[in-house]
Amino acid sequence: MAELRAPDECGVPDPAPFMHPTLRKNYGKWVFHSHPKPGVLYHRAESGDEVWTVKFGTARQLDLYTIRLLCDLADKHADGHMRFTARSNVEFMVTTESKIDPLIKDLNSHGFPVGGTANSVSMIAHTQGFLHCDIPGTDASGVVKALMDELHDEFIKCEMPNRVKLSTSCCEINCGGQADIAIIMQHTKPPKINHDLVANVCERPSVVARCPVAAIRPALVNGKPSLEVDEKKCICCGACFPPCPPMQINDPEHSKIAIWVGGKNSNARSKPTFHKLVAAGLPNNAPRWPEVAAVVKNILAVYKADAQPWERMTDWIDRIGWPRFFEKTGLPFTKFHIDDWRGARTTLNASTHIRF
Amino acid sequence: MAKKMHDTPMLDQLESGPWPSFVTGLKREAATKDIMVDLLGQLETSYQTKKGYWKGGTVGVFGYGGGVIPRFTELKDENENPVFPDAAEFHTLRIQPPAGMHYDTATLRKFADIWDKYGSGLIGLHGQSGDIMMQGCSTANVQPAWEEINAMGFDMGGAGPALRTSMSCVGAARCEMSCYDEAKALRTVINANIDDMHRPALPYKFKFKFSGCPNDCVNSIQRSDMATIGTWRDNIQVNEQQARDYMNGHGMDKLVNDVISKCPTRAITLRNKADAVSGDSISTVAVDDQHVMQIENHDCVRCMHCLNVMPGALLPGKDKGVTILVGGKSVLKIGATMGTVVIPFMKMETEEDFEKLNELSRSIIDFFAENALEHERTGEMIDRIGLVNFLEGLDLDIDANMVTHPRANPYVRMDEWDEEVEKVSERKAAA
Ligand code: HEM
Ligand code: HEM
Ligand code: SF4
Ligand code: SF4
Ligand code: SF4
Ligand code: SF4
Repeated sequence: MAELRAPDECGVPDPAPFMHPTLRKNYGKWVFHSHPKPGVLYHRAESGDEVWTVKFGTARQLDLYTIRLLCDLADKHADGHMRFTARSNVEFMVTTESKIDPLIKDLNSHGFPVGGTANSVSMIAHTQGFLHCDIPGTDASGVVKALMDELHDEFIKCEMPNRVKLSTSCCEINCGGQADIAIIMQHTKPPKINHDLVANVCERPSVVARCPVAAIRPALVNGKPSLEVDEKKCICCGACFPPCPPMQINDPEHSKIAIWVGGKNSNARSKPTFHKLVAAGLPNNAPRWPEVAAVVKNILAVYKADAQPWERMTDWIDRIGWPRFFEKTGLPFTKFHIDDWRGARTTLNASTHIRF
Repeated sequence: MAKKMHDTPMLDQLESGPWPSFVTGLKREAATKDIMVDLLGQLETSYQTKKGYWKGGTVGVFGYGGGVIPRFTELKDENENPVFPDAAEFHTLRIQPPAGMHYDTATLRKFADIWDKYGSGLIGLHGQSGDIMMQGCSTANVQPAWEEINAMGFDMGGAGPALRTSMSCVGAARCEMSCYDEAKALRTVINANIDDMHRPALPYKFKFKFSGCPNDCVNSIQRSDMATIGTWRDNIQVNEQQARDYMNGHGMDKLVNDVISKCPTRAITLRNKADAVSGDSISTVAVDDQHVMQIENHDCVRCMHCLNVMPGALLPGKDKGVTILVGGKSVLKIGATMGTVVIPFMKMETEEDFEKLNELSRSIIDFFAENALEHERTGEMIDRIGLVNFLEGLDLDIDANMVTHPRANPYVRMDEWDEEVEKVSERKAAA
């Protein structure tokens, strides 16, 4: 083992050497931006320096051919630099306006959609799914590919009232995060316990501790130490599955997909909000999840037609009210929409504020 | 040339359509790499059965306790042999990107070459926590791949109960809303506490995120245990030429409907020039020859809306700094929580300012390490012990900006009321 190299704990690299030279030169000195057309941002610095950013979508999970192709394109058009956004879009920066159109043409010819700026539906923040997670109920990259195929026009056109952020999560842990529309796995049956495995692999106290509703008890099954789940209490959250793989929560039929809307991260206008449940029970229908796509597209169409400029999904619903959201989208309001978790009372209408 | 491809009828359906296809990418790598041929085989099986087939394990690099996500296949035949043996090990190395995710092509090409040599050829740019995800590595190749990546000047990210990889917005590099040097803050805090990333020993994960302004482009309030968000204390700056340009381009109805009436605190008023009011806290800008737009900055909550709609015409003030919020996290276990204010404002300009941020971060990690239960996040810990205990533990001053409104129930012992009032008066006198 002597030849193993001790790590150089260098930490986070300084971005300056990697940054486009115009960005580096004007660091902290920008004074103006505009949105000349979909997929293009214009920024001007105090010095008068100008930079146009061309933004485009990728598959996020990139093969080496694609990475090298991006490098070739950046060398050809964008001074050999690029940056990635938090939603896996790529940004090329150019310093003369005339470079924009040839760049866009080249990107489009290689299949990269240019867009995702300002009031567009941007790339879906997503997770690992079948590709790499140890607990997924569905895939991530596939759901996103299928949905972005459907939403391609909204990505490249920027015709929404305000920006629309989407996320998908392949379990209720929700790695994809809060979003204007979030698509999240929702289990509907308690875990089926594989008792043969529990005795071998399970750290039973830590599984018992993980359950948010104390539904798990140690038990003897066939003379061996195992666990049992009080199925009346269980909320099917799947939290016991990561620490205990025998707690089989994923079910090809009963693991469904739910849609949540109105999450917002920014502080603009209203305070940040969490997304709220609007639809559930949608089938986990690989490889193209058409039922999910239909609900998402319907919500987007109603929002697009009805919201005022600059209203995010949550601002719009704040104005029109939840009853009218359900009316306009045709989605049923059920008893499951009424919260009964901690703090639920604060979500009830303690007033006579009712729209007719 | 790699071995023969498995049939993938379901995945094949994800190759059509206008959005770039990850399946097409995986297949390109499978042309030369057996590991990718078998990965596609397992993925197709997951699509057919709707089940995942990975389990964790223990794989790491010499000197570090975390940063590699081990994945071993669970898809075995009746003799316990992997159905797809060449992808039986498919580990991920989490690598921290440069703050702001800027790259030159030479660096990306080097990553690609390393992953050609040691990995599956699949790189995720980026994970939800902000890592470069070098995916698909055999156990044997983890160490040599890591040594080459590390030699490029890149370091492993976080996994497990540890300090996690951080993210900052594009900010100062290309955004006029930026109120501090986000990348510097990120590097100051993360690099000073890097030991907690590489040797996981915290109760659970801890995430920092850095946004240059309240637009919070990296979602720090909802996705980090400690959010550092740029803001300012003085008046919004104005630029009359840009304001008139906005009016010429958009007209009065847009100004009224999109800007003024959407201010959440009604801080903006449109007035005839002759009726303009004056005062130290008022930003005034003429939008045409007859009208001025006036912002009462004491009423403004720095929400960013009007700055977003009228870029360049309205800009953050000059007395810039940051607000710190603590306790954001996702669903497990009590439900999602947002970070809440623990420091309404601190300057972030000088080296001492950044050092103060670093000290604060260190004390919060220490407090978390000492007081959180196993598998409890900072937000859950604060829920359990109460914000006041957290603040007192860190010696942070109470501030009315920490609440939406004061307590609405009498269930509290207040026999130390006079002493508390005394403390507040002393603090006021000292300030
Ligand atoms: C002879 C003894 C008592 C009498 C006659 C009495 C009478 C009352 C009355 C008339 C109310 C108002 C009910 C209403 O209209 O909302 C009330 C409320 C209340 N009492 Fe008593 N009470 C007595 C003892 C106690 C004791 C010993 C306690 C506590 C240990 C107590 C706790 C309360 C509380 C908490 C409420 C408020 C309930 C609410 O807000 O809805 N009472 N009591
Ligand atoms: C052995 C005797 C008693 C026991 C074990 C007992 C236990 C309890 C418990 C467990 C609660 C609920 C506390 C909570 O909300 O967490 C409660 C609430 C209450 N008790 Fe008692 N109690 C006893 C006697 C009394 C008596 C004698 C009175 C009144 C004269 C009383 C009045 C109340 C009232 C008013 C509440 C509040 C109800 C509310 O939630 O609004 N209790 N008691
Ligand atoms: S959302 Fe759940 S299943 Fe998906 S990657 Fe995250 S933990 Fe895994
Ligand atoms: S699924 Fe959730 S609620 Fe049900 S037993 Fe597991 S942890 Fe408890
Ligand atoms: S958070 Fe603010 S400063 Fe940072 S990129 Fe977004 S708008 Fe710009
Ligand atoms: S930044 Fe201030 S003035 Fe502008 S809309 Fe928000 S609260 Fe109103």
